[in-house]
Amino acid sequence: MSGGHSTYTPKTGFGRWMDARLPLPRLVYDSFVAYPVPRNLNYAYTFGGILSLMLTVQILTGIVLAMHYASNTEIAFSSVEKIMRDVNSGWLLRYLHANGASFFFIAVYVHIFRGLFYGSYKAPRELLWILGCIIYLLMMATAFMGYVLPWGQMSFWGATVITGFFTAIPLVGDWIQQLLLGGFAVDNPTLNRFFSLHYLLPFMIAGVVVLHIWALHVTGQTNPTGIEVKQKTDTVAFTPYATIKDGFAMVVFLLVFLYFVFYIPNYLGHPDNYIEANPLQTPAHIVPEWYFLPFYAILRAITFNIGPIDSKLGGVLAMFGAIAVLFVVPWLDTSKVRSAVYRPWYQLFFWLFVADAIFLGWLGSRPAEGAYVAMAQAATLYYFAFFIVVMPVLGLIETPRRMPNSITEAVLEKNKPGTPAAQTAGEA
Amino acid sequence: MKTFLHGLAALGLGIAMATSAEAAEYPLKKPPQVEWSFDGPFGTYDKAQLQRGFKVYREVCSSCHSLDMVAFRNLEDLGYTDEQVRAIAAEYEVEDGPDENGDMFTRPATPSDYFPAPFANPEQAAASNNGAAPPDFSLLAKARAVERGFPTFLFDIFTQYAEGGVDYIHALLTGYEEEAEGHEVPEGTYYNPYFLSSASLAMAPPLSDGMVTYDDGSPETVDQYSRDVAAFMMWAAEPHLEARKATGFTVMIFLVLFGGLVYLTKRKVWAEAH
Repeated sequence: MSGGHSTYTPKTGFGRWMDARLPLPRLVYDSFVAYPVPRNLNYAYTFGGILSLMLTVQILTGIVLAMHYASNTEIAFSSVEKIMRDVNSGWLLRYLHANGASFFFIAVYVHIFRGLFYGSYKAPRELLWILGCIIYLLMMATAFMGYVLPWGQMSFWGATVITGFFTAIPLVGDWIQQLLLGGFAVDNPTLNRFFSLHYLLPFMIAGVVVLHIWALHVTGQTNPTGIEVKQKTDTVAFTPYATIKDGFAMVVFLLVFLYFVFYIPNYLGHPDNYIEANPLQTPAHIVPEWYFLPFYAILRAITFNIGPIDSKLGGVLAMFGAIAVLFVVPWLDTSKVRSAVYRPWYQLFFWLFVADAIFLGWLGSRPAEGAYVAMAQAATLYYFAFFIVVMPVLGLIETPRRMPNSITEAVLEKNKPGTPAAQTAGEA
Repeated sequence: MKTFLHGLAALGLGIAMATSAEAAEYPLKKPPQVEWSFDGPFGTYDKAQLQRGFKVYREVCSSCHSLDMVAFRNLEDLGYTDEQVRAIAAEYEVEDGPDENGDMFTRPATPSDYFPAPFANPEQAAASNNGAAPPDFSLLAKARAVERGFPTFLFDIFTQYAEGGVDYIHALLTGYEEEAEGHEVPEGTYYNPYFLSSASLAMAPPLSDGMVTYDDGSPETVDQYSRDVAAFMMWAAEPHLEARKATGFTVMIFLVLFGGLVYLTKRKVWAEAH
């Protein structure tokens, strides 16, 4: 869609001067003003904008927090408490940053599920989807290392458990773990390199976000019908239409986010992280942050050996596999129809998948014993079956519903339910 | 489809079994919910209560529990004047130095000093307390909470329940029982069904009725002492709670109004597009 001609005409002398030398105003105009977006986007499509906002909030609060934080195991914990007690508005900055991470993940999960529902990953948007998966991976690494910095009990033991995964890898596992830790156990070198990387990764995320948006502006957005834009009436200009809609969604999202920050700032945290890290005292249950819980459940669901693969390596493979499988989704889904709106069976399996992911999250917070293990195994089985069995098979056997011919037709159909839409000219 | 059915069956079975699996977990009893002046969206600290709680801390708890992250100057939050804070600080001796001869010396504390700890190090604290070092009080009200369980933890979002720590502290202090009801109580520990990690703990019941004198007429009972010291600990852990909630209210009002205006603008802009 951005392949079309630029409609930017500089209005001032300075504008023309700039345009001939560095057409940055033209780029901004073409990308965020004139850029055409499908007119039928719903609020599920506003999370991309919300995510950019959250990334900005995290980077800005993080930069100021880093001015007061000390990445030394002797004083890290008390430096965070200094921020909470003595730094002007330090409590606000820290609660924004800690809850901001959670809400960043809430937004990214909605964004990913929206992509899965509307088939946003299908050709020609495979790279766009993969770039998104890379951002998600970087987010996980950033969040994990950020959680270690306050040097509480869960920071320390979470880091111990998660870096321990790497020892399951044959031959090079121990070497990788020691490289990550900077030693044989989580200690001062670990904290220092995690702080350094925690500061670096968000800027890498920002870089991949630029590629993600670039790829998006090449292919154009999908929309709830999954039909590509065909005519001018299918789209509206990004500004003011998408800007104001995204803006409204951002305010609502901020309202919920700030409700947590100001009224229940520790709701999403763990009380044990207000206890300073103690390598000699293991907490009763080590649990990661909520946004990792589904993967933690998958990790612990593999309690059996599979041939030469022991249960530990099996668990680690399953956990990484659960993320890796996302990268190949564009090729797993065989359906010619993009949007789940016209795929009744896929819709059912999709919502089951959402429920399954939430259920896995709950299981991740439970101790891995008794019936929880069996439940986690069943839920893990469905998690993978959704991608590896349902997606390829359903695309071949499912009969989709009748689709409108264009976005404009879909919008007209929706607005005037009484009048029959233009005659169907076959399946799109 | 088959995997899905199997999964569903396992799920149902699992939930039925999970309920029985949880029964043996600690704590044996869940803390009752107490009403606190600082709960809810408009909560504020009751300064008289904080002063009483501070008194309980000073006269009872401080002989074993440190308060590392609170400075004497912070006591102004409790309603004490500058002179009162100086007078309180002067009652404590802190180590300072080295002086010009290179020797460490002690002097009366000033408002910028932090509360001195009762023990020199955690090892000494543990050795004097039956092997378990008494935890520091500064963050305890945020570092302890009994799991709320499904679905209560979801309702907590809307009721803004964030008093799990103080409810736990109050329950623990008032919850000592003579009868252990079949639970094994190791030598030197005391049965308490509210204790988070086992049936008994190394701390003897620390409070008794009439132990601390109140001069504002509040009841001198274990229950009242426990409430007051828990409130004091909440303040120690979250000194900016009042500012946080007050700011929050302004922010919420602003966002609702601003959001309303943005919505109306959005409606107007989109009216022509449909």
